[in-house]
Amino acid sequence: MKFITEFRDPELVEKYVKEIKNRVTKPWTIMEICGGQTHSLVKNGILRMLPEEISMVHGPGCPVCVTPIGIIDEAILLSLKSNVILCSFGDMLRVPGTSKSLLEAKAEGADVRILYSPLEAVEIAKKNPVKEIVFFAVGFETTAPANAMSVISAYKQGVTNYSILASHVLVPPAMEAILGDPENKIDAFLAAGHVCTIMGIDLYYPIAEKYQTPIVVTGFEPVDLLQGILMAIIQLENGSYLVENQYARCVQAEGNPKAIETINEVFEISDRSWRGIGEIPLSGLDVRAKYENYNARLKFGLGTPKAETANECISGEIMKGLKKPFQCPHFGVKCKPEHPLGAPMVSSEGACAAYFQYQNVLEFN
Amino acid sequence: MKNWGECPMPKFDFDIITMGHGSGGLLTQKLLQSGVFNILKNDKLDQQHDGAILEIGNKIAMSTDSYVVSPIFFPGGNIGDLAVNGTVNDLAMCGAIPKYLSLAFILEEGFLMTEFWKIMVSIKNAADKAGVQIVTGDTKVVDKGKGDKIFINTSGIGEVNSKANIHHKNINEGDKIIISGPVAAHGITILSLREGLEFESDIESDTKNLNYVTQSLIEEFGEKVHFLRDATRGGLATVLNEVSSITNLSIYIDEKAIPIDEQVEGACEMLGLDPLYVANEGLFVTIVAREIAENYLELLKFNIGFENASIIGEVQNTPAGKVILKSKIGGNRILNYLTGEQLPRIC
Repeated sequence: MKFITEFRDPELVEKYVKEIKNRVTKPWTIMEICGGQTHSLVKNGILRMLPEEISMVHGPGCPVCVTPIGIIDEAILLSLKSNVILCSFGDMLRVPGTSKSLLEAKAEGADVRILYSPLEAVEIAKKNPVKEIVFFAVGFETTAPANAMSVISAYKQGVTNYSILASHVLVPPAMEAILGDPENKIDAFLAAGHVCTIMGIDLYYPIAEKYQTPIVVTGFEPVDLLQGILMAIIQLENGSYLVENQYARCVQAEGNPKAIETINEVFEISDRSWRGIGEIPLSGLDVRAKYENYNARLKFGLGTPKAETANECISGEIMKGLKKPFQCPHFGVKCKPEHPLGAPMVSSEGACAAYFQYQNVLEFN
Repeated sequence: MKNWGECPMPKFDFDIITMGHGSGGLLTQKLLQSGVFNILKNDKLDQQHDGAILEIGNKIAMSTDSYVVSPIFFPGGNIGDLAVNGTVNDLAMCGAIPKYLSLAFILEEGFLMTEFWKIMVSIKNAADKAGVQIVTGDTKVVDKGKGDKIFINTSGIGEVNSKANIHHKNINEGDKIIISGPVAAHGITILSLREGLEFESDIESDTKNLNYVTQSLIEEFGEKVHFLRDATRGGLATVLNEVSSITNLSIYIDEKAIPIDEQVEGACEMLGLDPLYVANEGLFVTIVAREIAENYLELLKFNIGFENASIIGEVQNTPAGKVILKSKIGGNRILNYLTGEQLPRIC
């Protein structure tokens, strides 16, 4: 597979690991933002290849993990209405709400459908005119353009039985929240390559400058990650704090103007609550008034999502890089994929799921 | 051998299945006579008794499986092929020569007779190819909405080859693990047809019988073939985990050695699925004594349809009960059971 195989080349991997070892002289903590990067690091055994001076901590870039429990409860509530078909990305189905998950609601008879593209949901709406089709529009800047596109498509076609339950979050404000935390110990970031493919890299310059923290926009394959780590280490060792782009084959400085325009057409920036982390100002996207008929929150009179109640999951500390999954007393004991205490254990981008799935690597190596 | 694929559907005086077809009355008789007995004709079934009286050798293998695949038609086959091949293969994995199958339908009211006939033709062809007879069966009809077009159960019995000794207790340290072909084709074929996930590809299900190839291998290598298992639901990773759990041995696998079709691999990348957990319907794993591994592979590859077979790893003693995968870049990690179905990810 072109553009993938080259970035899984064992010889290149070895070369980068060697170079990282040559360059590093003192302990550094680097956070990879995206859960896809976390899984790639753990799944490919990269964490075990890095010198002990480098501590990788795992950021909040797992959309499933940060979606507030109140919104998951709302999605479940909607799915159980007899006239609703709730469409969702597959990854959301196992996430525990207050009393159940969407997968359990489906087992109780809710019409829950797994889709890859929200545009498919508009097609389902056209085929089922007597039903209300709700798309559970979660995600970062990466999924926002397609979700926005579905609203525009429904609007243009006059499809009135379609709406989205939006829970969009934005990466740069979360990075600021992490860096501004008094307990913060992050020395450098690997920014999420796909988010930057959409949004570009301009938003990161003020953050790198203000917090004097290097930010390297990084891809997801083993060679990408090692190159990103090397670039961060070189900066840290030199005392610089620049924004650099490792993922240049996908990311352009200005991002994808068409996608940004689509997002801005449908969404406006708003305050947003993050599961496990709390409220972060101006860190989310809400549906604009122009498209209020496509906003499930208004259409179904959902009001304000129920606030999070404290539980035993320490996902916030993990996503802020303060703890690693195995430092949670419940990891692998009370909290397992089959009975999760929180979302990071069930999401395919969750740090706890990555460690659980591949954990024994630490025991036998 | 007559190819029933060219056989036109007999004239039925009904176009769809109704509740009456499961009543045991005249409609049931009409369906069975023209739609089932006629095409599956053999001396056991022709007696139209509730059961079949069979003669078979000493050691018998038995298996049963139910088939609920959706969609029921897919590139490379349909639910009928699966229902025959699946049970034939479960018997083949016991070292048996499959002989007789039962065939039970649960049909949903409203199911089209044209589709029923297509499936019957596939069942007949698959049974002929595998050399098995369908000797007894059952048909039930459920209300519209209480089923999903058609569910099939097949049970089967086969005669165990006297040279075979397939048992997990025979697996030892140093044994080699061999896979019979590329992984994940069936599961990705099915997924590519699901509403909301459709994508175009040339990928086809790998459904096929495995009884002839396994018998040829057992005839040649006898008790040196320690273990056979078809890697169906849960894929290769699940089979390997089952083996490591039950034997408390460790299994080391080299990801680079696992064959996969490029289109299937690309689809898995796109969908965010791990091909090692994706279902197969014509793929089996063998664990053999180290000294015969190369010859076993050579004979396996000599069989048509198994040219991509590969030695993918070996059995060791530690860490007990674990499967360890050497990734393509050289890092080791655990290959675990999945908790449930793989769910496509967000981004």
